[in-house]
Amino acid sequence: MLKYILRRLLMLIPVMMGVTFLVYFIISLTPGDAASIILGDGATEEAVIELREKMGFNDPIILQYTNYIKGLLSGDMGISYDTGKNVSTEIIARFPNTFKLTVIAIFLSVVISIPIGVISATRQYSIFDNIGMILALVGISMPTFWIGLMLIILFSLNFSFFPSGGMDGWKSLILPAFTLAIASTAGITRTTRSSMLEVIRQDYINTAKAKGVSRKVVIRKHALKNALIPAITVIGLEFGVLLGGAVLTETVFAWPGIGRLMVQSIQTKDTPMVLGCVIVFALSFSIVNLIIDILYAYIDPRIKANYS
Amino acid sequence: MREKVEVINTDLKKKKEDLKKKAKKRSQIADVWKRLKKSPAAVIGIILIIIFILMAVFANYIADYQTDAIKMNVVNRLQSPNKDHWFGTDEFGRDIFARIVYGTRISLFVGLISVGIALTIGGTLGAIAGYYGGKIDNMIMRVLDVLLAIPTILLAITIVAALGASIMNLMIAVGISNIPGFARVVRASVLSVKDQEFIEAAKAIGARDHTIILKHVLPNSMAPIIVYATLKVATAIMATASLSFIGLGVAPPTPEWGSMLAGGRNYMRDSMHIVMFPGLAIVLTVLSLNLIGDGLRDALDPKLK
Repeated sequence: MLKYILRRLLMLIPVMMGVTFLVYFIISLTPGDAASIILGDGATEEAVIELREKMGFNDPIILQYTNYIKGLLSGDMGISYDTGKNVSTEIIARFPNTFKLTVIAIFLSVVISIPIGVISATRQYSIFDNIGMILALVGISMPTFWIGLMLIILFSLNFSFFPSGGMDGWKSLILPAFTLAIASTAGITRTTRSSMLEVIRQDYINTAKAKGVSRKVVIRKHALKNALIPAITVIGLEFGVLLGGAVLTETVFAWPGIGRLMVQSIQTKDTPMVLGCVIVFALSFSIVNLIIDILYAYIDPRIKANYS
Repeated sequence: MREKVEVINTDLKKKKEDLKKKAKKRSQIADVWKRLKKSPAAVIGIILIIIFILMAVFANYIADYQTDAIKMNVVNRLQSPNKDHWFGTDEFGRDIFARIVYGTRISLFVGLISVGIALTIGGTLGAIAGYYGGKIDNMIMRVLDVLLAIPTILLAITIVAALGASIMNLMIAVGISNIPGFARVVRASVLSVKDQEFIEAAKAIGARDHTIILKHVLPNSMAPIIVYATLKVATAIMATASLSFIGLGVAPPTPEWGSMLAGGRNYMRDSMHIVMFPGLAIVLTVLSLNLIGDGLRDALDPKLK
């Protein structure tokens, strides 16, 4: 088991190297001269040239990249072009907000979607199943930011139950968390249902029923445990969608997280900040998938057996 | 004389076989269509998407681009839906219905082209990886793992942020961010057919690799790719709207659904229609493609025949 976890951790290193290189390369394509952006409009030519030399903007891209990585490994992501603040400190300050939002959203969607998926599958083509599946399909067809706008109109402009934005107590968390949760809830419900349907047609389910095991136990112990494996994979993938959705949700609700920071930094052409945000997002996504892989091994004895 | 007859005979035989082949191909499509028709959800999806396609094609007959969709008309600003303006007007007095109709063009176009980009590049990579296996497969898949480690929409945002906001860059960004998904799907379906006997037969008669891949492997592994592509057009349309919403897409005053929502946000307290209708347009388009995708999945599944 430990061997498996170690192996997966080691596999993360080349992927993250690749991600930083790719993102660094893409961001470096941004037109415009970084030195003039930092100094603003009133800067003299000499000052721009001097700063360019000082910051290493004239160096070949590979050298700039290795310097960036050296800094990154010691937790330094450079200085914001816009505010002059340290990128790492800024991101660390905002990270807990995004973390809170996404974790609550994924918790909500798992708690809602798995029971609905299971009930839908066990009562296939019933009214519950039909309505559930229509709602799930509509759920995956709605853009996150539009859900957010509609919830604001309904619950904060019409009835003022919840604030329409900002971060101020638990009340302000409810609308963004639900907004973010809807798409992944719909996705996980659909997968749970279809994998459950596949499992309950298997022979061993019939065997269990024939032995006289009660329906509840068959569903919970024999079927659900096996059906959960694809569902968990989807939870991992949905987390990526969720992080993307966080960018939009945070923009809609003025939530002070990394997503909003990223959008604001794009508008001000603050490349070190954008770079830092994308890397943190990619790293979080990879770590979640690592956790999912380890969970797999716990649930599926076949994987555990491979590495014991 | 006899030789001539024989030549004619073989000619006839060949023609007959060609006809049979055509009939068989047609019947396969007809078969899928027959099963697709049985699903009411898929039929609703097809009707909806046809309406949207007609709207996109005949937009000039429905409303005038310059006077209805672009020209600011401040006297009429923020009108609620009425008989002159079915969906009301926006903060500049432009007709929202006309803007949605023209927005259909952009959304469908960007959706299709970006999926086309992803399918061509991702599909080629996936087919090569799946067919050759071994080191080549390993190399391609490791590179794609890197792309997969960045959530799709974030990758698209990063690319547009670097290249600058325009329709062209939007298509490139959404296209590139979907490459790994297509590569995986194509690779998996190539793997599922490449060891079958007819591929071995083709190899035995000396067919070249690219002929085998294009003529024998791909046609027999199309089903999952078609389903995936349909569903991805839906997500690409959603991604386009999302990027435009955060100001990284189509520049104003061009009517695009996502940027209409971004513009209308500040007025939604009193004029709800301004964010209601463009959003509904996105939901209905995406929903119709999802319905068709789901229907196709069932219709193409040999197990459910």
